[in-house]
Amino acid sequence: MAAAPKRPFRWHISVFLAPALLVYTAIMILPLAGTLQLSLFRNINQSQVFVGLENFRMLFGDPNWSVNFWNALRNNVWFFVIHMLVQNPIGVLLAALLSSPRLRFSAFYRTAIFVPTILSFVIVGFAWKLILSPLWGVAPHMMDLVGLKSLFTPWLGKAQYALTALSLISVWQFVGIPMMLIYAALLSIPEEVIEAAECDGITGMAQFWKIKLPLILPSIGIISILTFVGNFNAFDLIYTAQGALAGPNYSTDILGTFLYRAFFGFQLQVGDPNMGAAIATMMFLIILGGVCVYLFLVQTRLRRYQF
Amino acid sequence: MSTATRSLPRTIGAHAILLTYTAIALFPVILVIMNSFKSRAGIFGAPLTPPTPGTFDLIGYATVIGQGDFIHYFQNSLVVTVASLFFVLLFGAMAAFALSEYRFRGNSLMGLYLALGIMIPIRLGTVAILQLMVASGLVNTLTALILVYTAQGLPLAVFILSEFMKQVSDDLKNAGRIDGLSEYTIFFRLVLPLVRPSMATVAVFTMIPIWNDLWFPLILAPSEETKTVTLGAQLFLGQFVTNWNAILAALSLAIMPVLILYVIFSRQLIRGITSGAVK
Repeated sequence: MAAAPKRPFRWHISVFLAPALLVYTAIMILPLAGTLQLSLFRNINQSQVFVGLENFRMLFGDPNWSVNFWNALRNNVWFFVIHMLVQNPIGVLLAALLSSPRLRFSAFYRTAIFVPTILSFVIVGFAWKLILSPLWGVAPHMMDLVGLKSLFTPWLGKAQYALTALSLISVWQFVGIPMMLIYAALLSIPEEVIEAAECDGITGMAQFWKIKLPLILPSIGIISILTFVGNFNAFDLIYTAQGALAGPNYSTDILGTFLYRAFFGFQLQVGDPNMGAAIATMMFLIILGGVCVYLFLVQTRLRRYQF
Repeated sequence: MSTATRSLPRTIGAHAILLTYTAIALFPVILVIMNSFKSRAGIFGAPLTPPTPGTFDLIGYATVIGQGDFIHYFQNSLVVTVASLFFVLLFGAMAAFALSEYRFRGNSLMGLYLALGIMIPIRLGTVAILQLMVASGLVNTLTALILVYTAQGLPLAVFILSEFMKQVSDDLKNAGRIDGLSEYTIFFRLVLPLVRPSMATVAVFTMIPIWNDLWFPLILAPSEETKTVTLGAQLFLGQFVTNWNAILAALSLAIMPVLILYVIFSRQLIRGITSGAVK
């Protein structure tokens, strides 16, 4: 027994911290730093040579890379915009409805709407691919029921629609998360605030816009940054539904799939770990930028209400 | 009187919107499971009707179980998920206890360092992780996946658990110290049992992304012996593009265990989210 004498080094603190710190540092922080470092090197004649920002110059300027990079970045921004415009408002609406007092079956609705979120991308991607497939005909058949059959096209197969369709599938999958977080925020608004509003004659929609929405703004901020990080790191859904080439004609290519192709190679191109690292570094900087904007600009300006 | 007449249409409206969205959320899942029990003619002839005696057929399941090595993939996924979960909870709780219980130099810096991983995805380090695993000979082993998922799950676990550990009463711990218990005993015997509900919440949050992950199995462990069920399903679905019975059955087999677990644990999960465990 290492019976600790008075006030020297407290070994048990290190023992408690060591395993987590070790695994976290070795498997997460060091590889992350290693990847950033690798992006500054290039493999020339079987040895890693320091080339400064050359890889990035190639990524932004060399048409072999830059066309795909800017395309992936543009698509990724669109992917994020759709999530912000569709997923979060729907999430807020559902949460607002769920939190209305004395609503029956609300536990059932909550549980059911959250189901897609727990499924893997592989299942979601394939299930929607089948549903939207003109071969099976479920989607055209259902649109026929409401008289919109003429609007049906194989969305996932057309370059101009595929990315939007996939974004909406992803929205379908993840709408449960904003719904739950907003729901939690709405439940934590104290009764007195609502009662005071009712005494002043503010009810219904006005109450939502003027009282509740300002109070849940911090939660909406958190959801936005979670969506941002998730979207700029997405890969699985596109890979499952459209393959590593992110077809048709790269129209659904986002940074995650681009990174995968650059790192591992595809068809005739050989994989290039250094370019992969450069793309990962760009993703890191984008995500870090988003997190900083959130922490320093959004979070400090949003007033947190303590009840 | 006036509130009653006003709130009835509003309640109906709320139910209508929620029901519509519930239908949208569940429709694809129900459609896939329903059609997996049908013959090919039934799948294409009447996709929207439940299986009838005329169209009921288990041919899809027979193909999947005959062709794919799904049982084996399941075992792999189970081993990886359970082992990662164990390490995340144990190491995470230990670190959370150290951070929330003791004052020492660098405490808040350490907390910040661990919190970094909540926002920065581990995926961005993939290039170097693969090199590390190649160098240590861990490619195509389940150990590689367990290590990566443990590192991935730790930041959030430490963050959530330390919030809860701050709520454990100091009097209790100090009483233990007066009785001569060591710090380790205090942690394992007094504190851990008290934070068990929050451990369950962390477990659910950690488990879902690990079970569903495609990226790391694809990159670190794509061999036949180490495939997880997500990767196995992905490859299987790619091979059987034209065999709709098999695809639908494979999808259903992948959905059902998750769905059953979810129905069992949904109360825990939802309580975890709504109690503000994730901020």
